[in-house]
Amino acid sequence: MSSSSTPVIGVLALQGDVREHLIALAEADAVARPVRRPEELAEIDALVIPGGESTTMSKLALLFGVMEPLRARVAAGMPVYGTCAGMIMLADKILDGRDDQETVGGIDMVVRRNAFGRQNESFEQGVAFKGLEEDGDVHGVFIRAPWVESVGADVEVLASLYADTADEHIVAVRQGNLLATSFHPELTGDHRVHAYFVEMVRAARHGG
Amino acid sequence: MSTNTPSTSDQPAVGTARVKRGMAEQLKGGVIMDVVTPEQAKIAEDAGAVAVMALERVPADIRKDGGVARMSDPDMIEGIINAVSIPVMAKSRIGHFVEAQVLQALGVDYIDESEVLTPADEVNHSDKWAFTTPFVCGATNLGEALRRIAEGAAMIRSKGEAGTGNVVEAVRHLRQIKGEIAKLRGYDNNELYAAAKELRAPYELVAEVAELGKLPVVLFSAGGVATPADAALMRQLGAEGVFVGSGIFKSGDPAKRAAAIVKATTFYDDPKIIADASRNLGEAMVGINCDTLPETERYANRGW
Repeated sequence: MSSSSTPVIGVLALQGDVREHLIALAEADAVARPVRRPEELAEIDALVIPGGESTTMSKLALLFGVMEPLRARVAAGMPVYGTCAGMIMLADKILDGRDDQETVGGIDMVVRRNAFGRQNESFEQGVAFKGLEEDGDVHGVFIRAPWVESVGADVEVLASLYADTADEHIVAVRQGNLLATSFHPELTGDHRVHAYFVEMVRAARHGG
Repeated sequence: MSTNTPSTSDQPAVGTARVKRGMAEQLKGGVIMDVVTPEQAKIAEDAGAVAVMALERVPADIRKDGGVARMSDPDMIEGIINAVSIPVMAKSRIGHFVEAQVLQALGVDYIDESEVLTPADEVNHSDKWAFTTPFVCGATNLGEALRRIAEGAAMIRSKGEAGTGNVVEAVRHLRQIKGEIAKLRGYDNNELYAAAKELRAPYELVAEVAELGKLPVVLFSAGGVATPADAALMRQLGAEGVFVGSGIFKSGDPAKRAAAIVKATTFYDDPKIIADASRNLGEAMVGINCDTLPETERYANRGW
């Protein structure tokens, strides 16, 4: 783990849109690097789990011995941000996954995989994000996206779509040092959510 | 990727370029496998495929059987969609926009306007902007890739020579595309207009590639990958992921080979892992020498 003031943030590079997260993190003033091996996990202050195919990511994480060390680091308080497939990986419980699909877990939530539908239903839309309202909505890109079906008492809801309607769905949450969004800020060029996460990482280092 | 200003619209926008291209971004680092039955689709998903390509016959059988190769039976595509939870792609003939309309209506996640099927139009490709479902198209060189992107393709795959189990054409086409991109990087603005004319591609796209140093969409490799080392080779040459067609289900032990190709695609730069993945896979598909293929049987020549 680095001791300098710029946090080193890994992007889990087993599969998915790793490059876009590396760029977004660099623009949010972090040192970003891809991480694929268990030993590389020890060298980072925080981790992003990117978008991708969650079944593939989960399988590769188990196969190459990343799952257990990652769970240990999460339990020890390492900040992690998951987008889309990454949100699924951070959920304690998932619906519509494969029967044998394991997650890292850490956030007390139930996430429904592909909840918004198949690719033809994928969409982009403004999202009111708690704490980032000042500069307007965050631009949400939802691709075969999951949503959060329910959350435990310790989970803070940061964004919902169609709030106060029958179609309301939670799409961004935080529990302690863990952050998850259904959508992909890394695809938009608006790096406010990444900056928010980098601030979380800085706070965790100073607090811990 | 372009950087639009955040929208505060309450209306969700579907089928946008960002949503289509973004879908391909999620497949990066992964393997997309040809399957002809729901059972094969499950084997592919179990092995860690990021998506499957549903088709009636793998390219090796299309070669063997001859005749006109068309879009697959909707029942078969639906059977595969229902069998797996990962994205499902399917192929339309080049220029056969009604087959593409049917595939969109069936709810496939990506349409491959593919030279592996018999072209329906020898002049025009389909207008892919007209669809909500994103398209992937093949290309043998940069100009071809940019013409497809101009028509609305949201993902490109280098063509290779499907159904041969021979990686030589895949290497040729990927090197061609990457080489032409590298050349553009060295051009000054005055030269880009002539380059666009030479590439027979829109100037705006040529200028974008020159600036980015890459295509504005995801680039996979296809057509001839049969082993874990083949997949890793294509990744090291710059492909962001691989399509494997006949190479898996025309081999001795498809489940094992599929899982091995997935591993080698993720750890494409780690020869030790590729070596381990390559052990005891049983027989690879037999393969065809591409220089003995008559011009009329080269699928890569289809499309323009």
